[in-house]
Amino acid sequence: MKSNVGNEAIIIDKVTHTYKTDTGLLPVIKNLNMTVPKNGFTAVVGPSGCGKSTLTKLISGLLKPDNGEVYLNGEKVLGPKPIVGMAFQNPVLLEWRSILKNVMLPLEIVPNDLSEVDKEDRAKSLLHLVGLEGFEEKKPSELSGGMRQRASLCRALVHNPEVLILDEPFGALDAFTREDLWQVMHKLRQEEPFTGILITHDLRESIFLADEVVVLSGRPATSQYSLQIPKLKNPKLDSLFSPDSIEMLKNLRKQIEIAQVQQATN
Amino acid sequence: MRQILIPFYAIIIFLLFWEFVVWFNGWPNYKMASPSDLWPAFWKFKKLFFQYGWDTLWRTVAGLFLAVIFGVFLGMIMGLSKILREALYPLLVGFNAIPKATVVPIIALMFVGQHDLNTILIAFMISFFPIAVSISIGLSTLEPEYRDILRSLGASKSMIFWKIALPKTLPEFFGALKVAVTLAFIGTNLMEIVSPHGRGLGALFDSGKTNADYPLMFAVLIGLAILGIALYYVVVVLEKIFAGWAERSSE
Repeated sequence: MKSNVGNEAIIIDKVTHTYKTDTGLLPVIKNLNMTVPKNGFTAVVGPSGCGKSTLTKLISGLLKPDNGEVYLNGEKVLGPKPIVGMAFQNPVLLEWRSILKNVMLPLEIVPNDLSEVDKEDRAKSLLHLVGLEGFEEKKPSELSGGMRQRASLCRALVHNPEVLILDEPFGALDAFTREDLWQVMHKLRQEEPFTGILITHDLRESIFLADEVVVLSGRPATSQYSLQIPKLKNPKLDSLFSPDSIEMLKNLRKQIEIAQVQQATN
Repeated sequence: MRQILIPFYAIIIFLLFWEFVVWFNGWPNYKMASPSDLWPAFWKFKKLFFQYGWDTLWRTVAGLFLAVIFGVFLGMIMGLSKILREALYPLLVGFNAIPKATVVPIIALMFVGQHDLNTILIAFMISFFPIAVSISIGLSTLEPEYRDILRSLGASKSMIFWKIALPKTLPEFFGALKVAVTLAFIGTNLMEIVSPHGRGLGALFDSGKTNADYPLMFAVLIGLAILGIALYYVVVVLEKIFAGWAERSSE
């Protein structure tokens, strides 16, 4: 089942998803269309509880849409696929494993023909890239929140996934740590190209990291607005204070408000 | 060194105090034997002490071993299936609510003369409950993100169990095992005391009672304490080896 579109790594085609709860049906996503080009990075923002996390589960194949289809690299998603890497707000590192062994976990599951040494080298090079050199043998409990999240990003990337799904990975970090990790994300994107989708509540984060920001409407979510972000070669945090950026932020803020009002009246 | 010396001195002081209290009150040894009576009592029956001590030890460990296997299995099916949890939990609680001391004579009659079997059975019955409960709670409270991380990579259910669910429940398991080992030890002794013509330290205790050899009864108590402490610390060592990661180093 190949789709005929060539350059889109993620295609979400008229996807609808409804949860069955004790009190009845709760439609969370309705007729959502969205695409992410190969090696593109799209941020998804929207009111709280509008179905953003559900979207990540639909893309990763953990949930099946009631209607519509999701394609990854032209192939229809029918269940979980090892070409996906995920990171959540909670770094979910395994406390009994060293950082190195945590990062290597996906290589124990995804079929590959790497030797044990190759696996270690791969994990070590990623840890080096995010600035965790020398922490390989530490246990997760010995690391700070920001460092744990760095390790979690490494784990999401270690098996060279074609699609990286990030569900508010920086949401629980303090502002400065978060900004550090934004820079780490830029570095990772340069060194390890991937197609990414980032769920976030932080508009500054969305325009700093993504090529495109999609605003979801209130529940049931559908794409309400989309903004292309002109990308600088090496974005600096200062660029967030430029008039262009502020204009974009105001624009997005207004769209969020519209979505919030819609969700409240629904 | 300090860690050994301080408890050692504490024990010496305790024994001296005990000796003094008995001497000061002029208690006869059927009321309270004094520490100086214990060694002769032990020496007189030293062969039996070691022989019966071994019986008590291996029966407790065998019962506990069965409890671990059965408890982990029960905890697993209750932790992984909501329907089975709802079905089995009331039964389990009901079974656990029966004081095991009342089951002892029943089992003793049921398998009369089979001392090993009925002792192991009681040790098992009294100790599997905390293990089953801890495993089932550990498994059913696993955060969904942990599962998702592996599931999104296409991991099978058994892979998720071995790589995440099982290691994550180990600290709870060892917590329960510390309780279970003490319970199993109680179970063994209950049966050994009740079962006629039995073996084990419990039987030795009982024969002390029937022969009015009170210092022997107290000597058995000390022997049991030593065995109990040894069993407990074996579990502590195993915990350090297999679940030491759960211990946070104080920063």
